Amino acid sequence: MISTVVQQLWCVAALLATTVLAIATSRSRRSTAVVYGATFAISAIALAEALHALIAHSNATELILPVGLPWLGSHFRLDALAAFFLAVVNLGGAAASLYGLGYGSHETTPHRVLPFFPAFLAGMNLVVLADDAFTYLLCWEFMSLASWALVMSHHREADNARAGYVYLVMASFGTLALLLAFGLLSGAGGSYSFAAMRAIQHTPSEAALVLALMLLGAGSKAGLVPLHVWLPLAHPAAPSHVSALMSGVMTKVAVYGFIRVVFDLLGPPSWSAGVVVLILGGVTAVMGILYALMEKDLKRLLAYSTIENIGVVFASLGLALAFQANGYGLAAALAFTAALFHVLNHSFFKSLLFFGAGAVLTATGERDMEKLGGLIHRMPLTSFVFLVGCVAISALPPFNGFVSEWLMFQAVLQSPDLPQWMLKIMVPAVGALLALAAALAAACFVKAFGITFLGRARSTAAETAAEVDRYCLAAMFGLAALCFLAGILPGLVIDALSPVATAVIGHRMPVQASDAWLSIVPIEESRSSYNGLLVFIFITAAASLAVYFIHRFASRAIRRGPAWGCGFADPAPAAQYSGVSFVQPIRRVFGTLIFQAREHVDMPPPGDLRPARLRIDMHDPVWERLYTPVTETVWFFADRLNQLQFLTIRRYLSLVFATLVTLLLALAIWS
Amino acid sequence: MVVISDILVQLGQMTLVLLLAPLLTGVVRKMKARLLRRKGPSILQPYRDLLRLLRKEVVLAENASWLFRVTPYVTFAAIWVAAALVPTFATGLEFNWSADLIAIVALLGSARFFLALAGMDVGTSFGGIGSSREVMIAALAEPAMLLMVFCVALIAGSTQLSTVATFMASSEVGLRVSLGMAMIALIMVALAENARIPIDNPATHLELTMVHEAMILEYSGRHLAMIEFGAFLKLQLYVSLIICVFFPWQITTEGAGPLSYLVSVAAYILKLLIASFLLAVFETATAKVRVFRVPEFLGAALMLGLLGTLLRFVSRGF
Repeated sequence: MISTVVQQLWCVAALLATTVLAIATSRSRRSTAVVYGATFAISAIALAEALHALIAHSNATELILPVGLPWLGSHFRLDALAAFFLAVVNLGGAAASLYGLGYGSHETTPHRVLPFFPAFLAGMNLVVLADDAFTYLLCWEFMSLASWALVMSHHREADNARAGYVYLVMASFGTLALLLAFGLLSGAGGSYSFAAMRAIQHTPSEAALVLALMLLGAGSKAGLVPLHVWLPLAHPAAPSHVSALMSGVMTKVAVYGFIRVVFDLLGPPSWSAGVVVLILGGVTAVMGILYALMEKDLKRLLAYSTIENIGVVFASLGLALAFQANGYGLAAALAFTAALFHVLNHSFFKSLLFFGAGAVLTATGERDMEKLGGLIHRMPLTSFVFLVGCVAISALPPFNGFVSEWLMFQAVLQSPDLPQWMLKIMVPAVGALLALAAALAAACFVKAFGITFLGRARSTAAETAAEVDRYCLAAMFGLAALCFLAGILPGLVIDALSPVATAVIGHRMPVQASDAWLSIVPIEESRSSYNGLLVFIFITAAASLAVYFIHRFASRAIRRGPAWGCGFADPAPAAQYSGVSFVQPIRRVFGTLIFQAREHVDMPPPGDLRPARLRIDMHDPVWERLYTPVTETVWFFADRLNQLQFLTIRRYLSLVFATLVTLLLALAIWS
Repeated sequence: MVVISDILVQLGQMTLVLLLAPLLTGVVRKMKARLLRRKGPSILQPYRDLLRLLRKEVVLAENASWLFRVTPYVTFAAIWVAAALVPTFATGLEFNWSADLIAIVALLGSARFFLALAGMDVGTSFGGIGSSREVMIAALAEPAMLLMVFCVALIAGSTQLSTVATFMASSEVGLRVSLGMAMIALIMVALAENARIPIDNPATHLELTMVHEAMILEYSGRHLAMIEFGAFLKLQLYVSLIICVFFPWQITTEGAGPLSYLVSVAAYILKLLIASFLLAVFETATAKVRVFRVPEFLGAALMLGLLGTLLRFVSRGF
């Protein structure tokens, strides 16, 4: 019997072999089916192994490979936390591979995608398995670069080159922060293995610095505001199944990194760490969803919504830190489980929604929602699963998004006992932000579904769209079923997550499987309980009852006619509400403050035949206040330094001489 | 024995809300008319309206999809389930543990989600305007409602509505500042969610001012009947919620005899009458505000809810 970590590493090796195979056969026509078939099989096996390791409560297994740094080797370890994230990674990988079997056949340049896809999957698996800082950083960079190559696969399209550039800069910045964080963690002894890091005691100021660096490093990969700017550029630029992996899975690998360092390696947390993470999470959630609401590109809307969900996850983690610091183990376990549940849920529905966006892109060639519409008639199956994804992500019962949101609110309600004043004030404020984000998310996905799939077609492409192939549909239906199952049977998920909470927090939520009717009870029954299954049965029963009575006793006649529209419906599809007009009320309420949104009406005087125009000015506060000054400073110095390239040989020589003298002087003064 | 009586109470409760809901709307309309010195339609008029709509054929817009036809039933079912979980005359509801207050808010959110989608399905500008305004109102009303739920849950130590009602009916509550704030917030949210004045006018058909009515403009026949019925139920739900959380006097708690059920049903109906009178007076005395003043109104509700919750976090005394 080989240990679980070895099994997982064999899967990674198989993925890397697939990469080699893909390079070798990249010009062959069969290569798409072979590569995605292989990654599907490997991911499915790795998923089964990870789930087995998670549910069977097997002990952590370790392995040291004699590669990497000569005196260190490469440490790999698989514990409950890693097993959970491996399950998330490989589930997303399997779904994306299945989707790729169909979607990949529309790819114009498969040789730019196929070799990097298995490599990307392998990289994400390796990050989760790594057990020393060197291996971790190496795999992290490997994952970043593989995903960067996938972002750049359509490099000739406008904006993609810029997306790739911004992504590369931010990824390097993030890795730099991680490098420094691990440097601090390894302490004076300079021990790189995680086991040694756990044993070291850290001073409060060191711990605070590590937390800040992790928020920069893992936070930039996950998309915390204000480090999110690359995410809405890069995620949509990749092919859709890769977008799904980047949004649904890679951000989770960043969350894994954060949990591994802050909860596991750093030792007991301080409550102020909880406050910082909590506030960042709450702000990220609201900002992310407001950006998403203003967006009219379907894939960018989904990418911004990822930022919102990451904010929700981080807010829960912040709560868990605050509880943990004050010794409320059960409440910490509740908040932590809520975060993990949301990680799982988000990987389900965000992959599903990106697949749906990819299906729309295949069928119409459009990502701009203002040119879509009416697809529910042409693509009934895709629109059905996309609707399931929208309901789930909007946190509506009986689907899964609601359960994690509900658990998080229950955790918020546990927090008045916390002794620190800062927490007493910030927790309800962040609770309000999260409630606001949830409500805005519902509005955002009414817009996303309504403008894309409902109404009348706004372009010929949307009018002539056709349903996508079976592989794509199978992947989407699989994920939709998971969204539904996790929503009606949340107790099973919570029980499966309990080994992770036990390993990381030291406590777990009460066993849920024994509760009557599969209810979930976070603390005790008199406080709160929820039963997704019963809610689903009640809704179905009530709806069926209504349908039965209506069709038994009321008129069943139906007549089709032109739309009423108060008697003056304009037949032109352009007269419908567009995405921009749909969010106008919300833009006025929130956008005037945050995005400085201004509407300018250009009304021609009487007699002038020019059409009237409405122009909307919006400003991205993060980009303009933070990134533009930084880039301008860098440009300024780059320009100054640029002049050094055009000196005569005499001046270069004197420059070298001056440098030498300065250094020698410095040395003389120093010693 | 206990289980059977609990199930009976639950079933009685589900039927009661279904039967009473149109009557409540009828009473409010009648009272409003009398306050305006009009004679007004009979209080049974909503029932007649529903029956008339049920008998009529459905005129469906040419490009209406399956979603448009499914939505009336989905919204009705979601609202009915939510309404069935709010205690009216007795707290010992058999299934109240299956969904708490947060889930009730979310169920109403589901109903609204589908209704807003249906408004966009046909692709007329009125449907769009209705949906777009509805989601804006909901984006503010829902967090306000959740904060009010937090505040009440922190006081009662539970989000289970039956537990909350039992706790509120007990003598240990007393007057609390946070409770008052939560109540005002809930009433403001209830006005907005039920499309009442000053947010929306339930009687208007002036196109540019309506919100809810614009969204369901394309509905007719039995579909419209289901949506109207859902709206009646929603009003009933909110009034019951306000009653059971803030005025739970004479509500039957577990283990009481059959006589107390009679008393509590009578008390419940009396409370409904008082509530509808207050609603009618309020609606007659105020004017509808412009759509872009609505955020100020709901923002105030949100702030009240937040303040109430904050007070609970800061001190147990409030």
